[in-house]
Amino acid sequence: MKRRGFLAVSLLMVPLRGKTQANAHVSTTDPLVVAITKGKDVIPGKVKLELPALAVNGHSVAMTVKVDSPMTGAEHVRAVHLISEKNPVREMATFYLGPHSGRAEVGSRIRLNGTQRMTAIAELSDGTFWSDQVAVEVREAACTDGG
Amino acid sequence: MALARIQVPKEAKRGELVEVRIVIQHPMETGFRRDADGKRVARNAIHSLACRYNGAEVFRATLSTGIAANPFLRFFLRAGESGDLDFWWLDDDENEGTARARLVVA
Repeated sequence: MKRRGFLAVSLLMVPLRGKTQANAHVSTTDPLVVAITKGKDVIPGKVKLELPALAVNGHSVAMTVKVDSPMTGAEHVRAVHLISEKNPVREMATFYLGPHSGRAEVGSRIRLNGTQRMTAIAELSDGTFWSDQVAVEVREAACTDGG
Repeated sequence: MALARIQVPKEAKRGELVEVRIVIQHPMETGFRRDADGKRVARNAIHSLACRYNGAEVFRATLSTGIAANPFLRFFLRAGESGDLDFWWLDDDENEGTARARLVVA
């Protein structure tokens, strides 16, 4: 194939690898994820996990998770799962919400055992799963060494 | 006995979104820490928490040692009638805790 032809073909391929591809950053073979999704696809989007890019220590890191949802009886967030990549206890927390919440937003302070990727998976009332993942650099880890 | 502080707005309008904050005094002991004698301190963390508003559950969470000591939680609810926010939680030592705050709806 000529270089120009190859370039045209590869440009055509780009939309196929768009942002809404299922399971793009969540491992569906991870037993922890399977326990939550029962094998369903996890789609990146709708969820916004807010964590600092750098935490001086991992003992207490401010965390906010938001889900884009009208939070009505027909369409709401049922649960938000917070999963750590490297903590000894990877299943950090699950928050159960409903239409009475009005807004799908939960904040807390978490422990991080070193630099890692944090994942939030939201379970919606229509049975779909959405996720966000962020990387946090942790200078001094929590959990296994000290408080 | 665990102590907690709950923060809600002084007054809310009916149908308004209300931000609820709670801080509970609890070590959220990980089970990995050692005391001054080098002995392992047993794991003891709050693993379940729920909040009822006028008797109906409006928020529930399962927590782990991944939540920082003196756990802080922040969430929203829609104001209905004036009433009590009743928090309940349970830790690994089977210690129950409760806290209550009043939500005044104008």
